[in-house]
Amino acid sequence: MTANAPTPRPGGRPIGRAAFLGTVATGVGSIALLSRYSGSVQAAIQKVSAAVPGVNQIAPTAGWRIYTVADQMPTFNAATFKLKVSGHVANPVTLSWSEVDALATETQVTDFHCVTGWSVDKVHWEGFRARTLIDLVRPAGNARYVTFVSTEAPYVDQLTLAQFTAPGVMVAKKQDGVALKQEHGAPLRLVVPAMYGYKSVKWVGEIRFDAKRADGYWEQNGYDVDAFIGRSNGLTGS
Amino acid sequence: MGSPAPERIVRFSGTVRLAHWLLASTFFVMLFTGMCLYLPALSRLVGRPTAKAWHLWSAIALLVGIAVLLLIGNRRSLTGVVRDADRLDQDDVAWLKGGPRRLFDHDDAPPQGRLNAGQKLNTMVMLGLMVVLAISGTLLWLGERDTTYRFGGSVLTHDLASLAIGFLVMGHLYLALVHPTTRHALRGMVVGDVDRAWAERNHATWAMSESVQSAERNA
Repeated sequence: MTANAPTPRPGGRPIGRAAFLGTVATGVGSIALLSRYSGSVQAAIQKVSAAVPGVNQIAPTAGWRIYTVADQMPTFNAATFKLKVSGHVANPVTLSWSEVDALATETQVTDFHCVTGWSVDKVHWEGFRARTLIDLVRPAGNARYVTFVSTEAPYVDQLTLAQFTAPGVMVAKKQDGVALKQEHGAPLRLVVPAMYGYKSVKWVGEIRFDAKRADGYWEQNGYDVDAFIGRSNGLTGS
Repeated sequence: MGSPAPERIVRFSGTVRLAHWLLASTFFVMLFTGMCLYLPALSRLVGRPTAKAWHLWSAIALLVGIAVLLLIGNRRSLTGVVRDADRLDQDDVAWLKGGPRRLFDHDDAPPQGRLNAGQKLNTMVMLGLMVVLAISGTLLWLGERDTTYRFGGSVLTHDLASLAIGFLVMGHLYLALVHPTTRHALRGMVVGDVDRAWAERNHATWAMSESVQSAERNA
């Protein structure tokens, strides 16, 4: 019964609600401010977390976040892996892992930006270029689009042929010096540094040269087809 | 028989305790699934769509549960806790100024109400963080479906607020389960009442007002 009785109205000042409202205001302000200045804030947090051991394990900008659309990540088996290269091409091929692994590779260091607001700077990639694939399969004149089908169904995305052959774009098999890890798309992922990460399809199992444009997984949810960093998905160039 | 049972006074109503344990259980589901969504090392532990579903449905269960308790529970006892947490008097301010020293030397603490000043601020800041998490979480959910609602600051704010509430809960768990002078409070949150002697030592203002009220009732 005692708990039901009214607690005598405490005197004092409403500091509690000030703490509540202050916390809410800080949070809402942080959504607004970080949306504008997330780059510099991330750089600052990264500097601090690099200086203090342990912090980099939990700091929000410490690195990758793993986004998937299916419950099970595809598993890579070198003995059974196949990369299908198909569509409007003169020489469609299905490559085994040893054949993929034998393709000429290049390396690059590029930043990775996610449309949700996080970034990873200076990622080392190693993989093959569009040119290597094009020389192999010889696309027809009407093959203006390249579709990357993930083995993580139903993930898929598409670039124009010009975007695929642009500098910095590669199909990577190594990240930071080691073979791609499962959560990063082993054994093959697309890397499109000029665009947000949803264009960089993980677990690539088929590369198809198409005549028609088609929406990718996120485009079907309203995201921009041309996902250029800083000038797509509601952002304008600054 | 041993010593007589200590005299007890009721600290938290059944509704308040239900609300607390509903919050605690949904919090830990959200913490665990949130960590699976957040830390690459845990990304393979639970599938992302499954972790997201548990994360979202626990948030909804918490909201619906609190709404139900406000509708059919002892509403006054629930809002009473928030009213208690809202106002800080001179003793509370002095208590806060004593600061961390009190963790080691408890003797000269200024008298406190049913909630001490730390508990008041913890309650209100935690409620504020829950609102921030709800807002940023809703934006993350909407932003996945429509890029109009996607803001670069939502995910960082959600993460920072989660870290902040995680540290508060760690402190709360230490005080509720480990710290010698405060851990008796767990009894109040499990069965509802606490030893009067403990209340007189740690929440003197409240214990005194409870005596006055029960004396008035008996008069």
